Amino acid sequence: MNRRDALSATAVLLGGVIIGGHVFLSGCKAEKTESELFREADLAFLDEVGETILPATEKSPGAKAAKIGAFMKTIVTDCYDSEEQAIFLAGIAKLKDLSLQQYQRSFLQLTAGEKTDLITALDKEAANYSKNKSETEPEHYFSMIKQLALWGYFTSEPGATEALRYVPVPGKYEGCVDYNSGDPAWA
Amino acid sequence: MAADTTSININSGGTAQHTYDAIVIGSGISGGWAAKELCEKGMKTLVLERGRNIEHVKDYPTMLKAPWDFEHRGRMPNAFLKENPLISKAAGFGEDTAHFFIRDKDHPYVQEKPFDWIRGYQVGGKSLTWGRACQRWSNFEFEAPARFGYGADWPIRYADVAPWYSHVEKFIGVCGNKDGVEAMPDGEFLPPFELNCVERHLKQSFIKHYKNRYLVQGRWAHLSQPNDIHQQQGRGRCQSRNLCMRGCPYGAYFSSVTTTLPWAAKTGNLTIRPFSVVHSVIYDEQKGKASGVRIIDTNTLEVTEYFARIIFVNASALNSSLILLNSISNRFPNGLGNDSGLLGTHIGFHLYRGFVNASIEGYEDKYYYVRNPTECIVANYRNLGKQETDYVGGFTTFSGASRSRGAVKPEAPQIGAAFKEAMSEPGRWEVYMYMQGETIMKQSNHVRLSKDEKDQWGIPLLVTSVGYDDNDEKMVADFLNQSCEMLEKAGCSIMNRIDNQQPPGLDIHEMGGARMGKDSKTSLLNEWNQLHHCKNVFVTDGACMTSTGNQSPSILYMALTARAVNYAVKEAQKGNL
Repeated sequence: MNRRDALSATAVLLGGVIIGGHVFLSGCKAEKTESELFREADLAFLDEVGETILPATEKSPGAKAAKIGAFMKTIVTDCYDSEEQAIFLAGIAKLKDLSLQQYQRSFLQLTAGEKTDLITALDKEAANYSKNKSETEPEHYFSMIKQLALWGYFTSEPGATEALRYVPVPGKYEGCVDYNSGDPAWA
Repeated sequence: MAADTTSININSGGTAQHTYDAIVIGSGISGGWAAKELCEKGMKTLVLERGRNIEHVKDYPTMLKAPWDFEHRGRMPNAFLKENPLISKAAGFGEDTAHFFIRDKDHPYVQEKPFDWIRGYQVGGKSLTWGRACQRWSNFEFEAPARFGYGADWPIRYADVAPWYSHVEKFIGVCGNKDGVEAMPDGEFLPPFELNCVERHLKQSFIKHYKNRYLVQGRWAHLSQPNDIHQQQGRGRCQSRNLCMRGCPYGAYFSSVTTTLPWAAKTGNLTIRPFSVVHSVIYDEQKGKASGVRIIDTNTLEVTEYFARIIFVNASALNSSLILLNSISNRFPNGLGNDSGLLGTHIGFHLYRGFVNASIEGYEDKYYYVRNPTECIVANYRNLGKQETDYVGGFTTFSGASRSRGAVKPEAPQIGAAFKEAMSEPGRWEVYMYMQGETIMKQSNHVRLSKDEKDQWGIPLLVTSVGYDDNDEKMVADFLNQSCEMLEKAGCSIMNRIDNQQPPGLDIHEMGGARMGKDSKTSLLNEWNQLHHCKNVFVTDGACMTSTGNQSPSILYMALTARAVNYAVKEAQKGNL
């Protein structure tokens, strides 16, 4: 039985752990499914955070073009459990506060360089946290944001077709072809 | 809304109107074959399917969707997962394929021990979502259980089914290479898919370090190059989309829906009745044989009987046992044909617990063109004709290599433009291996009817009592040790070495319950898949298996089905049924 796809589906996501994946263990806590979990302003904010992680370049559009904020809203609302939802939403507030504390301006008002500095530091913090946390401790909110940004971007139409090479009907499989450095991966 | 089948009026038609030459219970991979062969031999055939109808292409709603067309990009929402903890575990289950699987609450059963019973109730059954692996059994597998004393003897050998394997392979289209490996006999193959550069390296390394460990391309039910017969079926060449389980718009992989059922329909002899749950096979005490089948229409709850001279039971392994156990008569108070008392016992499955993956350095200048819908196989190398390990049986190893995505160096930025570019490129090569191991069929591993719980149609629930044993534990350990050693000798670095402890059943290779055998005291079916004690009933799905072997079983069910139909029709013509 061809089980490779089932087995590798998890490995595709960075970090190995699929957030929201332990639904089987978590019992039946009631999630909030109302779209009020997210406000319109949050989507614009998450678009900007996503764009800082995966910015538009000459080669391809960025996460904003992939409507990454709306994607995060969908997944957090439908696929995260209530504890994860709470961490994610509290994370939005923390990230906004961080910007105010460090720059006395909101995240959306920062320059591109300031956004990158702030997110880079946060990424390091999250990576350190993940390295040292026990299995039972929750994920860092920024790990959630980054994982959703990567997953959502590379499965979006702009991400799959412009950053990666998407071939819906390859017509054939060739086992061994030359790879030229810089060529995008197959979507 | 339970239908009380003891007091309800039974709609028997006009008996003549409800009479066919043959009835096939189930439209999955073996039922479809029974229908095709019976119809081709001129038998007016009724196929009963408990689920809805599925038509090729028309009923494949997701077949052309892009990843971004799925709201959750393939994942099911939490609310669904909580309602369906069982079926959402199935291999290949996702937002793109969920419509070909049951919902947990609709089809309860009783797990005396944990057993994941994966079902797809629709015309075509699980042939729509099967793995498509088509390796032949070898004589090693047919002979081992009796020879090494861990099971009953098969009443047949490889030579008995070899021509029927050929018959099936030519019709469904199986791609593969003729490798000359005794543990995995060659067949009638279309051109194989290619190995990639790392798979070629592994092949060479395994044979260098171990004289009998052959990594070869698997044999798959894909039309790599259609022949005339496949064009007559209206099927086209595999386009390597690797989206098979959604249903293929080209009909490039085999299913009952693409191939056998339409072929049967073309003869004019086929009637398919969806929404028909089979309650039981009806036994005629005077004639001493089965006279027909009692069904419940799942829409109207009406109970109806259909009649035929030949009955093929292809309801899927455990459901075939359930139907026979529920077919009670004065002659057979414990289930049809069940004089031995063994009906529902000796359930086996395939051991899928072991998984290893690894990375390998190099080959950065090599890639492959897009997607491979198939996998490699390391043919079984354990206990071939002699007992050499501390467990019995052997295992097939599925394997493959591919490049991960993302070539981000640890010291490089982990966000931003350069990060995005690096994440868009192929990363290092990675290799995986997972096992498909033989299990011992034991009387204690069994299914039976619940005494007090019934489904919405008044049919007793199935109780599953199937678990692992010590032999399984030893085999998993050996697979993990050997696979890690093979990969390390090939220059790989092990990333994960996993015994996932998944319950039996998730392999979707449950077998046995009405095993074949030479002796009617220790088996249900003879060498022609015919009930020893009710000669016009044939069971040719997974229920018939005497042992599990280590090869993917579906093509054996198809071969045994064609062989049994050939026999049944001849017997009917002689007036013996």
